[in-house]
Amino acid sequence: MKDITSSNGKHVGERRRRIEDNDLLRGKGKYLDDIQITGTLQAVFVRSSYAHAKILSIDVTSAQNMPGVIGVYTAKDFLGIIKQDRLPLSFPKNRIPEKTLSTMMPFVLASTEVTFVGEAIAVVVANSRYTAEDAAENVIVNYEPLDPVVNAQTALDVSAPSSSIHAADNLIVRFTVGYGNCDSAFNNAAHICKGTLFQRRGLSHPIEGRGILANMDSSTGTLVVFASTQTAHELRNTIAEMLAIDNDQVRVITPDVGGGFGGKFMVYSEDIVIPALAKILGQPIKWTEDRREHFLSSIQERDQFWKLEIAADNEGLLLGIRGSMIHDQGAFTPHYITVPYNSASGVPGPYLLPAYHLDVDVVRTNKPPVIPVRGAGFQQATFAMERMLDLVSKKTGIGRAEIRRRNLIQKIALPYYNGMASRSGAKVKYDTGDYILAQDLAIKKFGIQDWINDKAKAFREGKFIGIGFSHGLKSTGRGPFESATVRVHQTGIVSIYTGANAIGQGIATALCQICADVLEIDMDRIKVVCGDTSYISVGLGAYGSRQTMLAGAAVHGAANKIRNKAFEVARQVIGSEEELVYENGVIRKKLEDDQRITLGEISKLLAGLAGYAFPKGLEPGFEETFHFMCDSMSYANGFHICTVEVDVFTGHVKINRYLGLHDCGKLINPLIVEGQIHGAVAHGIGNALFEEMLYDDNGQPLTVTCADYILPTSTEVPHIETMFLESPTDLNPMGAKGVGETGLIPVTSTIISAVEDALDYFDIQISESPITPIRILELLNSSSKYREYRLNRYK
Amino acid sequence: MPETLKTIIVNTSINGRAYKATIEPRLTLADFLRHEVNLKGTHLGCEHGVCGACTVLLDGLSARSCLILAVQAEGIEINTVESLESNGELGILQESFWEEHGLQCGFCTPGILMSLTELLRNNQNPAEVEIRSVLSGHLCRCTGYQNIVTATLAAAEKLKRNKT
Amino acid sequence: MPMLNLRLTFPSNLIDLNSIEELSGISTSDDQVTINAMTRQREIEFSKIIRQRIPLMADGILNVGHRQTRNRGTIGGSLCHQDSVAELSLIALAHDAVLGIASLRGIREIGIAEFCTGFMSTSLEDGEILVFVKIKHWPQGHGWSFIEFARRDGDFAIVSAAVLVTTKGDGTISRVSVALGGVGPYPLRVGKAEDLLLGRYPTNTLIGQAAACCAELQPFDDPNIPAWYRKQLAHELTFKAIKEAIERSA
Repeated sequence: MKDITSSNGKHVGERRRRIEDNDLLRGKGKYLDDIQITGTLQAVFVRSSYAHAKILSIDVTSAQNMPGVIGVYTAKDFLGIIKQDRLPLSFPKNRIPEKTLSTMMPFVLASTEVTFVGEAIAVVVANSRYTAEDAAENVIVNYEPLDPVVNAQTALDVSAPSSSIHAADNLIVRFTVGYGNCDSAFNNAAHICKGTLFQRRGLSHPIEGRGILANMDSSTGTLVVFASTQTAHELRNTIAEMLAIDNDQVRVITPDVGGGFGGKFMVYSEDIVIPALAKILGQPIKWTEDRREHFLSSIQERDQFWKLEIAADNEGLLLGIRGSMIHDQGAFTPHYITVPYNSASGVPGPYLLPAYHLDVDVVRTNKPPVIPVRGAGFQQATFAMERMLDLVSKKTGIGRAEIRRRNLIQKIALPYYNGMASRSGAKVKYDTGDYILAQDLAIKKFGIQDWINDKAKAFREGKFIGIGFSHGLKSTGRGPFESATVRVHQTGIVSIYTGANAIGQGIATALCQICADVLEIDMDRIKVVCGDTSYISVGLGAYGSRQTMLAGAAVHGAANKIRNKAFEVARQVIGSEEELVYENGVIRKKLEDDQRITLGEISKLLAGLAGYAFPKGLEPGFEETFHFMCDSMSYANGFHICTVEVDVFTGHVKINRYLGLHDCGKLINPLIVEGQIHGAVAHGIGNALFEEMLYDDNGQPLTVTCADYILPTSTEVPHIETMFLESPTDLNPMGAKGVGETGLIPVTSTIISAVEDALDYFDIQISESPITPIRILELLNSSSKYREYRLNRYK
Repeated sequence: MPETLKTIIVNTSINGRAYKATIEPRLTLADFLRHEVNLKGTHLGCEHGVCGACTVLLDGLSARSCLILAVQAEGIEINTVESLESNGELGILQESFWEEHGLQCGFCTPGILMSLTELLRNNQNPAEVEIRSVLSGHLCRCTGYQNIVTATLAAAEKLKRNKT
Repeated sequence: MPMLNLRLTFPSNLIDLNSIEELSGISTSDDQVTINAMTRQREIEFSKIIRQRIPLMADGILNVGHRQTRNRGTIGGSLCHQDSVAELSLIALAHDAVLGIASLRGIREIGIAEFCTGFMSTSLEDGEILVFVKIKHWPQGHGWSFIEFARRDGDFAIVSAAVLVTTKGDGTISRVSVALGGVGPYPLRVGKAEDLLLGRYPTNTLIGQAAACCAELQPFDDPNIPAWYRKQLAHELTFKAIKEAIERSA
């Protein structure tokens, strides 16, 4: 039986409208807050107003007595209901130092100490959200303020206070990555450049905040939980563990999700407290996160301080990079060191780097915890490498595009082991890709032959324009598996159940396309259910640009088994295989058209009829479950070019033109992939120019509204030109690589390189992101050439 | 805090249907639409008037329903995203969004559709810069705005052709 | 309303003025435009009267929030909220606007400069509401310029500059108003710049010197935006705005 490769099919590779859209466009989407269950109570969390303090007492009496309030609960009210006071580990214990182990997980509800503004302390349950918020204001928490740790750079000083009473110091863990011989590389180098980089990131900010609705269904004894989550199965497992019940007593259903971007990639305190309350109170309870809470309590990525040296020879060929990095992890480490490890290990990127050594300090501070936000630390790695390459370009006089071209790993060298290991310990292997071709094609399309003249002309008109380039490489398709069940109903309709989670990225459409091609039926005969733990028992979810690859391959595998089984049944029922043809869900004899059987009829047969003969040698049921397993990751690359204009008197940066070329292997749906790149570039523009989560010296967050924390809008994001190469991977049958994050990786470095280029007349160096107007003017003001230029303007 | 919660009666018209309700004075229009009238299409993203997810039309003009108290809807005709379809068929703007992949998670979409509906009613030939200006009152974290612009231009074209 | 939603203010009583028709509307007399307090920003944006007689406001209003907020926002709301960078306050100041305040005692008039008393504070007493803004508009053919610097379209300004100017046949400046927002708790007139320009021919150097008067400003320092940046921006925006206003003057 030939296994159909999807690329021959009708749907995969085509620009198909999404199956998700009709409901969403009509306002008929069902997001968490839209779900109505009679008698639902509303919960509001009381959160710490100190970055670091002991909790001396919590007085709930006046809040509890307010009309409409059902109760106010603190940690002690959950003793005997919630298994332990901290969220459970989701990482292998044996990799984590003992010192870190005991303090790394967030508390379910803080009871003795708070370590970031926004940490959950108590929960109010009332009959309306408005009432619950009124009551929350009347909960009196008595704090004994302690010194907060806010600056990761000074957190390891001997004089620094400890960010937690449970830890002696602020070092969570120290690790090193690298390979090769840096000493010898640097000793023999013709050129050495040094750079200090300060990178800030930001929050995930899906437009829909987090939320969870839990209901103890008394008729079945099942705890039914609706959650706006990226990981339904992990949530189910954690709730079951923490409430000491079996997995089959909890059902997690993922409704429509208004974006995730990492913000919904964790099991949070609220995700345990709300189900516990539902169990205690026997009534449905809902909590939705408002924007302010998102600023205060959802995960974020934040500061990284890098000190690097890069060594090159006279041709600009890299010899080595070495240095150190301090990563501001925040108060807890729920995903251990994923982000700093990705940042550290991602530095080599698509370049030949013979030697590399980075010492990393992961530092605890009194701020919300860090776990991956879209990009997961890889754009910091890219920023580091690309900025250092620009320094080498300046030092050697070799142009920025050329210096990159010379150092790129050639296609012929792939599959390529870059000398690093992934966090699972497996060797990093770049599977497929043509980085040089990517750069050449993008530059050709962009057209930079007139650039030098254009720039000179602009200068004469008093305008400052610049061009920037950057490569980006990211591992995609994080395993170890993803699950899918394909089931054919007796109506002939096909359902896909998968552990993949839909968060707006169109995964249901992609899976539908893949299944439609294998089963050769129309897409509108396929339904997809993502992230419902009742339909499929294991799954991992949406993160790491993995679902199209892994869930797609699982669907592909399951659908092929269905197809094979269909033929088996048809052979027994209507004749031998050689005479059979299959089209549009119907198998029939080639020459005798009336001898046919549909997929729906096969489903009925396989359901069995008491006392009647069952197809020989076949299992009952017309469904197949396939867990696609994958240990290796596939590497998706991109190359971006942009031009900017900088107003040197206000610091304003305008992006004039932006091009992103990507190689994500086989594109299942180019329309969706383009949309992912547009959205990712917009995120990157936010990181490069706008987004900063600021804290004062007391650890108080300063940017807590959408007016202070700046997300780019339609007037800041330009038209984005996209181009694609398709270097298929052989890690899955479709040849697809992940897309969700890849568009983000090169953006910050591209834009900042362009801004620096625009200002090269003043010879300034940009070493931080975001590069805001204030920082631009600060840099310019320190240039005497600029001061003179400015004086002349006003003469 | 008010010591006694008083209620107010409001008479309004929503998507062409008259509504009379007795509500708390501090209930926002957004919450009124979502929970009293049961129209879930209008969403809350920030509750301080920046993200635009809650945008509806008040007497044909786009406005933030999170910044309006429900009682202020007295005597006003409100239109939400649910009014854009007719007999289960998508409107032209919605259809264009579908064709051009103008939405991903869909959470910001209803508010954007209302603002663009107002734009297309008043301007049959919007330029990209005008579309982006109207859109700048909305935050979208998924699409990068580009396909929304494409969809709007396509819808404007279709509407013009329908008129001729 | 954002303040209410964010639970930053807790008024015990809220009065909705939206249905009081007499409180809105734009009217004119010979040399004056009267805008009633509840006039929507949208109405101002599309008003032919404003475009013809107060072009600074017709331009400036486009910087106020977005379409969706201008549809509801009012000039009175903006002036009474008195955000330090509110465009309408700045424009009113540039025109030496007179505000009409009503109470049970009757209507009193007060100049905009006296109306703004501090950071987000006005001289409104208990029992008073703003009812109109009167602007004696500048002569036909006057030059104007409104330039604002904000991070994004429609954002709160960081610094904004509003300039009005008339020039004589020989090109010298016969009348000038230079106002800045974002450099103090409320908008300010830069009297020194105005004195420097009055009666003189506006060379680039002179305009540069006028803009340099911004060096004496004392903007507030906040954690997000340092005072030196506001000053540097003010210098640049003043320069550009004076130049543009002069180019526009007949």
